[in-house]
Amino acid sequence: MTLLSPEEWQAVWLTLAVAARAVGFGLPVAVLSAWVLTRYRFPGRAVLNALVHLPMVLPPVVTGWLLLIVFGVRGPVGSLLQDWFGIRLVFTTAGASLACAVMTFPIMVRSVRLSLESIDRGLEQAARTLGAGWLDRLVNVTLPLASPGILVGGVVGYATCLGEFGAVITFAANIPGQTQTLPLAIYAALQVPGGEAKAAELSMVSLLLALVGLLLSEWIGKRLSSVLGR
Amino acid sequence: MSFSVSLRHHFPPIQMDIAFEVPSPGVTAVFGPSGAGKSTIINAAAGLLRPDSCRIVVDGKVLADTCSGVWLAPERRRVGLVFQDSRLFPHMSVATNLRFGMRRVAPGAIRFDEIVELLGIGPLLERRPNTLSGGERQRVAIGRALLAQPHLLLMDEPLANLDSARKAEILPFLMRLKTALHLPVVYVTHSLDEVAGLADSLVLIEAGSVVGFGLVSEVASRADLPLARRDDAGGLLLCRVEEHDAARGLTRLQGGGVELLVPLLDLPVGSGCRARIPAREVILAGRPPEAISLHNIVAGTVRRIAKDEVRRSVIVEIGLPSGGLLSRVTADAVVRLGLSPGKPVLALIKSTSIEVLGLQERGTSGTR
Repeated sequence: MTLLSPEEWQAVWLTLAVAARAVGFGLPVAVLSAWVLTRYRFPGRAVLNALVHLPMVLPPVVTGWLLLIVFGVRGPVGSLLQDWFGIRLVFTTAGASLACAVMTFPIMVRSVRLSLESIDRGLEQAARTLGAGWLDRLVNVTLPLASPGILVGGVVGYATCLGEFGAVITFAANIPGQTQTLPLAIYAALQVPGGEAKAAELSMVSLLLALVGLLLSEWIGKRLSSVLGR
Repeated sequence: MSFSVSLRHHFPPIQMDIAFEVPSPGVTAVFGPSGAGKSTIINAAAGLLRPDSCRIVVDGKVLADTCSGVWLAPERRRVGLVFQDSRLFPHMSVATNLRFGMRRVAPGAIRFDEIVELLGIGPLLERRPNTLSGGERQRVAIGRALLAQPHLLLMDEPLANLDSARKAEILPFLMRLKTALHLPVVYVTHSLDEVAGLADSLVLIEAGSVVGFGLVSEVASRADLPLARRDDAGGLLLCRVEEHDAARGLTRLQGGGVELLVPLLDLPVGSGCRARIPAREVILAGRPPEAISLHNIVAGTVRRIAKDEVRRSVIVEIGLPSGGLLSRVTADAVVRLGLSPGKPVLALIKSTSIEVLGLQERGTSGTR
């Protein structure tokens, strides 16, 4: 990989870091949402379900624009973050992570949900009769049994983050070193005359990362299932 | 000390309305066909199902009382439940499964080593549930429930998923547990073998209501209950081993106020056992017959006579000094012998037809 220039390396590392942060913050929330959606029936459940899945069906640019509205400097959440914590998300690396997290959220929720639904509810009942309260059951029974789905969700989510484009460019813009992730760098390279070679290199890196991610998720899923005795 | 339950619950097409109180400690078998509402009782007692109205009390502690709005969550009831399908945690070893409930309560009278020994699961401790046989899983599940130091143990058809060889393997463990533990046990089953071997009290349930209830020896020998019309119906006598006559190859039992001779048993003199006497094997007579291979001629009184239209026969209930016997005969025999309630009668029982259920000295299965 000596072919890559320092700027290109920067884009690769930035992409990996942005994706890591997106999954790091997004996955716990995804687990929580999936758990609530599979275990509880409450008014507004359908709305929550739709909201969770919205980024999957919306054009990414629209998602990015909605993020701008909500988390922008004058947005309802963005202005609070700015006033209270001095955090600015728009046009920052953190903002790129947020856009990635929101975009991959449905994928992570679906993966976790599938594995939560495949857990025999009888095991949770058994844990109850043995004196385990809800948090105890969640930590010691439900989450360990759902761990293949959670990990696969994380890995697939991570791999998907690496390719996020529309929402990131809309919400966080295309700032080299700050928000210019791999796909954005590829796009930028293609906009410049003679940038095809650079685009091709970056595309190869992108392809490689995606492939590793998919293989890893497959392996983790299999490995954990056998550890869990299924 | 007792366990009492009364509950009403509507689940179409059945309207359940059930109430009974059984002494504690002791094993109460809840017996009835599928869909009669047996599991509803278990799930309500465990707190996993909330009936329309109910009151459940264990040794004076109210677990649920819908009238006064008491409803303890399952995790706070200290009620152990052994499911039909084991429900061992697949991501934990046998030892971790066993300790799951134990770690969540204060140390109690039921000790880990003791339970492992009683259930014979020592060699399994490091294994994963998916490597165990059905019988082994169920033994672990029973141990896990007991180690949570329950005040009440519920067993929901614990042997129903096992083949007869596995059942025969577990039954002696259950009998041993029964004598070692001092807590009320509710045992749901539709197997008469398990009832005969384990139960102290019997609750008969049909279509959501209690049709018969009492000591197992009393309920089993009631001619007027649906139990008596089963092909495997029979009286059950709680016996004690009196003496062995090795020369004649016989063992003398004392039970129900009468003496019975059975083929030589492995049980020690003085130990308790149960004699099950199938109704179809009991012959009735007015006078003692002579020169007959038969060993047991038991004098009793006719208590009830019930018709069994399906099998075109008659069930005669014979009262003994304590407990009773059942005999399945033809209507013609009843007429010829002039049997009617209150009349004395002799019951002729082949010693080889008596099924003796009891625990042998050490761990091996019960004698048949």
